[in-house]
Amino acid sequence: MSTSVDLDKSAVEPTFVGISGGRRARNALATGLMTLAFLIALVPLVWVVWTVVSKGLAPVLTGHWWSESLNGLLARQQGGGAYHAIVGTLLQGLVCAVLATPIGIMVAIYLVEYGAGTRLARATTFMVDILTGVPSIVAALFVYAVWISIFGLPRSAFAVSLALVLLMVPVVVRSTEEMLRIVPDDLREAAYALGVPKWKTIVKVVIPTALSGMLTGIVLALARVMGETAPVLILVAYAPFINFDIFQGNMASLPLLMTVERSNPTDAGADRLWGAAITLILIITLFQLLAAFLSKVTAPKTK
Amino acid sequence: MAKRLDLKDVNIFYGRFHAVDNVTLSVAPRSVTAFIGPSGCGKSTVLRTLNRMHEVIPGARVEGEVLLDGENIYGSSVDPVGVRRTIGMVFQRPNPFPTMSIRDNVVAGLKLQGRKSRKELDEVAERALRGANLWNEVKDRLTKPGGGLSGGQQQRLCIARAIAVQPDVLLMDEPCSALDPISTLAIEDLIAELKTEYTIVIVTHNMQQAARVSDQTAFFNLRATGEPGRLVEIDDTPKMFSNPTQQATEDYISGRFG
Amino acid sequence: MSDPTVTGGPTGIGEPADRWGSSVSAAVPEAGIPATEPPPPDQGSIGATFVQRGDRIFRFLATGSGVFIVALIGAIGLFLLIQAVPPLLQNHANFLTSRQFEAGDPNNLSFGILDLLLVTVEVSVFALVLAMPLGLGIALFLTQYAPARVARPFGYLVDLLAAVPSIIFGLWGLFVLAPAIQPFAVWLETHLGWFFLFSPGNVGIAGATVFTAGIVLAVMILPIITAISREVFARTPRAHIEAALALGATKWEVVRMTVWPFGRAGYVSASMLGLGRALGETIALTIILAATPRIFTGSLFDGGATFASKIALSFAELNNNLSAGAFIAAGLVLFVLTFLVNAAARWVINRSGAKA
Repeated sequence: MSTSVDLDKSAVEPTFVGISGGRRARNALATGLMTLAFLIALVPLVWVVWTVVSKGLAPVLTGHWWSESLNGLLARQQGGGAYHAIVGTLLQGLVCAVLATPIGIMVAIYLVEYGAGTRLARATTFMVDILTGVPSIVAALFVYAVWISIFGLPRSAFAVSLALVLLMVPVVVRSTEEMLRIVPDDLREAAYALGVPKWKTIVKVVIPTALSGMLTGIVLALARVMGETAPVLILVAYAPFINFDIFQGNMASLPLLMTVERSNPTDAGADRLWGAAITLILIITLFQLLAAFLSKVTAPKTK
Repeated sequence: MAKRLDLKDVNIFYGRFHAVDNVTLSVAPRSVTAFIGPSGCGKSTVLRTLNRMHEVIPGARVEGEVLLDGENIYGSSVDPVGVRRTIGMVFQRPNPFPTMSIRDNVVAGLKLQGRKSRKELDEVAERALRGANLWNEVKDRLTKPGGGLSGGQQQRLCIARAIAVQPDVLLMDEPCSALDPISTLAIEDLIAELKTEYTIVIVTHNMQQAARVSDQTAFFNLRATGEPGRLVEIDDTPKMFSNPTQQATEDYISGRFG
Repeated sequence: MSDPTVTGGPTGIGEPADRWGSSVSAAVPEAGIPATEPPPPDQGSIGATFVQRGDRIFRFLATGSGVFIVALIGAIGLFLLIQAVPPLLQNHANFLTSRQFEAGDPNNLSFGILDLLLVTVEVSVFALVLAMPLGLGIALFLTQYAPARVARPFGYLVDLLAAVPSIIFGLWGLFVLAPAIQPFAVWLETHLGWFFLFSPGNVGIAGATVFTAGIVLAVMILPIITAISREVFARTPRAHIEAALALGATKWEVVRMTVWPFGRAGYVSASMLGLGRALGETIALTIILAATPRIFTGSLFDGGATFASKIALSFAELNNNLSAGAFIAAGLVLFVLTFLVNAAARWVINRSGAKA
């Protein structure tokens, strides 16, 4: 309390002690900076999406984009479509998912239901973490080293799928593991108490309960790997035509189409490049929506 | 159907921790035995060893014998899965399977063994639901999810699920502690009815409940914190509540302790 | 006491060793069953045996998958090494110190990784320097500042950045971002050119530089850093926050007193995971960075190639195992590098206890 009379000061003590200007300013500054950081992050997102849409929308609005390949077309020739690349991307993704999903789920089941606390489980968790961080190009090189260098097999879409499996498995493990862990132990105990063996408890009680989240994770993981470019660059050659044979011959995919058309300086090339980009984003978005839809449909209901 | 349970020198460990010390007791067929005692005294632990549910917890281990009609459920050739099929359990919190309908919940045990026709399962479901006094409340919505029922109904659903596999013994681990008083009464009435067919062991925190539903009461206690739990006394319920042998029992029952 | 039962394994349900006994004992009397053991009178013994087999198979499959993952990482290292050794033995240059990577001709291999390493590290670290403060700000904003109602959709927006394929970031970076930031790059070069980071670059193509690549890379690792940091920050114990609030702390002081100390290790770990991702990023850098025969000077305005972009650029044309092996050797170095960074990140987070 100061003894001199301060004329500006109100005669009554304020009910609440105010906070000093410095603290208030620092608080405001911090709030401002953090909000700014968030806004800055939105800039590239909006910018990228805008770039892709503005450059790629025109070509994909033509009907033949979705139904024709680029077979027989010259680099500067307009027309044709990305059907061959869409087929390739979906096919490689599908084969990858078929292989990666069971492996990923079994690893997660091991970690949650069987291994908990053992040294092998700790090693597995660590390796899943490491696998998460393995660059896609290294995964591709590994498949190349085994599949092509050692086995002497040709480059093929299947080799791409194998590389994608390496990238997808850890993501599936992580999400499945998380979902299995939140299944209450009550349910496992209830099943055991009915005399249900452990594996049936897992298959018929634990997995159905976690299914919704598991499916979401799997579809999102798939969406992620379908945009990978490094494996297709290394493990399969581009073909401008449609190829359904994953074990033989060249096969296009959207990322591969983009890398090929990038070196095509004509307008047709630019259209194909950005058209493929928007198509890829559309497919990934569709998978994300599918994931959200699946999680809604398969969630345990109470009504 | 209903069988007799005998525990002989049962010691229970979690890893190196000695949780329950040297319990010996007998449970007659078609009777209700209540386990009472303060929190952490090991009564639920003992209950879980009666159908080998404690093995689900890593590091848990039992010494001694638990005899079901003279046969040791810990015998080296006995499958714990088979034990649990014979000795059913109802848990503290109702835990219906969220992905299954009411009917499927009831017959889950049989269905997962995969050896019954649809018609048979429907019959079992009705019988079990009637047995659990739930049939009239749910008969029109058997295909709806079990999670939509009230807490008390869910618990009766769990009881129906447990009796649908026709166990010899039914273990109940504080089955009413998560329920309101009206639902609790419904369950207690049900226990009185089930007693005519099953051997029942119930763990309860509620001494009035023990007095109301049980024929025989066992009081568990700890000597001190960190010491293993032990069986202080077991006797006919009226005697336990009017004239127990042990001072500790009397203190607990009269509310001077715990 | 006479019959101590020890359950097998920590998972609980014990599997008596002679489970098969009840069904096969007649045919194989010496199958390891104690002779005194009477067949169990249990009514469901055949079913029980079947059940046990199902359990055993399922357990085997699950455990096998776990082993598979562990073996897989070993196999990656091993097979890359197998392919890398022959070309390394025929290498005319020093693998670690040579700045040229000439591996196209299997008869005249002359490849070294020094420049690849330098470019890889510089572009990744530059990206990290840009992304770390931004990631921190975003994570704090989303967990502590944004109103609960919008925090989730806002977080989803940031996560969307991770859903954009890197090839699209690469195209955007080269064709859209690079021209847009070119004036700023020129300004830096003109006014701060005396500093080695901003000295004139070694490529003629405007924008196809480490500078552009680093910015794009920063955008790409931002969602990784943000996602994990958010998770850790959000787990700050409610009680800590309330204790700080009750002392009359401002929002910022709450963050500094509770959220930050609690989540710091998670943030560091998240940043290292982002670094790991940056080190291995392939196609975006392949697109952006201009190839150059000249040596890397350390300037942000240089072109060049990272491990991953070098491999991606050259690999498709390879037709012999020796040349491929040379690039695989570079890939192996990259694998080891990312392994170390990721392992360190996990170590940091595990040690701190605030597990992500």
